[in-house]
Amino acid sequence: MAVKVFVPQVLRPDCDGAVTIDLAMGSGPVPLRSVLDELAARHPRLDKRLRDDQGKVRRYVNVFVDDDECRAVGGLDAPVGDGAEVRVLPSVAGG
Amino acid sequence: MAYLLVIGTRKGLFTATSDDRRSWEVHGPHRLDAEDYANTAGIYAIGCDPRSGRILVGAESSHFGPSVWFSDDLGARWHEPAHAPIAFPADIDDSFTRVWQFAYGDEPGIVYAGVEPTALFRSVDGGISFELVRGLWDHPHRTDWFPGAGGAAIHTVLPGTVTAKGTDPNAMTVAMSTGGVYQTRDAGKSWSPANNGISAQFLPEEFPEYGQCVHKVAVGSDGAFYAQNHHGVYRSDDPATRWSSIAEGLPSDFGFAMVAHPHLPGTVLNFPVVSQTNHLPPDNRLQVQRTDDAGRTWAPLNDGLPAEPYFGIVLRDAACTDGADTAGFYFGTRSGDLYARTDDDTAWQQVVAHLPDILCVRAIEV
Repeated sequence: MAVKVFVPQVLRPDCDGAVTIDLAMGSGPVPLRSVLDELAARHPRLDKRLRDDQGKVRRYVNVFVDDDECRAVGGLDAPVGDGAEVRVLPSVAGG
Repeated sequence: MAYLLVIGTRKGLFTATSDDRRSWEVHGPHRLDAEDYANTAGIYAIGCDPRSGRILVGAESSHFGPSVWFSDDLGARWHEPAHAPIAFPADIDDSFTRVWQFAYGDEPGIVYAGVEPTALFRSVDGGISFELVRGLWDHPHRTDWFPGAGGAAIHTVLPGTVTAKGTDPNAMTVAMSTGGVYQTRDAGKSWSPANNGISAQFLPEEFPEYGQCVHKVAVGSDGAFYAQNHHGVYRSDDPATRWSSIAEGLPSDFGFAMVAHPHLPGTVLNFPVVSQTNHLPPDNRLQVQRTDDAGRTWAPLNDGLPAEPYFGIVLRDAACTDGADTAGFYFGTRSGDLYARTDDDTAWQQVVAHLPDILCVRAIEV
């Protein structure tokens, strides 16, 4: 199955400038964790922006699976189906 | 000879250069990453490799987490390793938050990083990658160490020294908040607390074996140890045996930074803060205290500092010396002002004003 990951501009230097990354994930649906693991294999520096040493999504990073922020639909266990769009967005924070 | 100051702030990295240590050219915030997000990250630690000249900075982005950046051209260009330079191994249920301290071993390429949560990492490749020092992480006391207001971290790393009697490549002293001072004599395999005589007013037992909130330890040119504690200022020739109070004569025994003179035994600078509940300079005046007799007496060293009320304190790594033959001393404040003074000067000179909150400063001859 195919998954498209959308990368915010601020993180594109960590994935060779890509705006989107197409991933082939085998048969699905798969947990979001597997999508991020596949992303990490290709772009380790991007992964460390998104997740900490324990693989948890950073507090001020939001990862949407289609229209749902992942924390509302199972976190890293959120199901990602064929054709899904995964969007990484910095959360509203800072000062 | 030229001089370089590397200045870490709450919002970015700055540098200042000078040929005479009186007139400074300030640069920054430096561009760490191409898209600017890291350029306003907090810079909590700076390391200047005395052999290679490489500069390391420990940055933390509130959104995208911590990392270590390095420059091999004195800050002109910055690079980040492709893989996380510091990360806890998979078997440890904890995550790296930020670097608090870099320190250098005797051999080329050896760099130590004291980090939050309380842990020590070691690099053999000049800071590109680090490995956890398991001997300290596995210490049975570790689960009793708890965070001070700034977080649970190792903020002092002193490779090669455990007493004033000389150096030993297998020895090291570290300090943490809270936890106190720990030392190894077997290259990090085993560690012992060295807090005898240091108080812990926030614990039921005033003088416990460990658990103190030591804020910074500095080593004098004669090898003596000086500690600024969470209330209490101390000196020791042998921390494993005994620390002695040298707080008498200071306007406050609270503070964060201590800087020892690189050449004059017994000369130390201290930067007093009112108390644990009042993090302001005493009398609302920016001030430095100096001893020239190993803490028996203290005197203000305030010429050149603002005479008007001032509210920015000096954090534990925001003061340093350049170690030059005619020593230069530097400190930055939480109000974003940075001052410099050499042994030849009669007053502090302002290097720069109105930077973001200054967290750490390092100075080198280049």
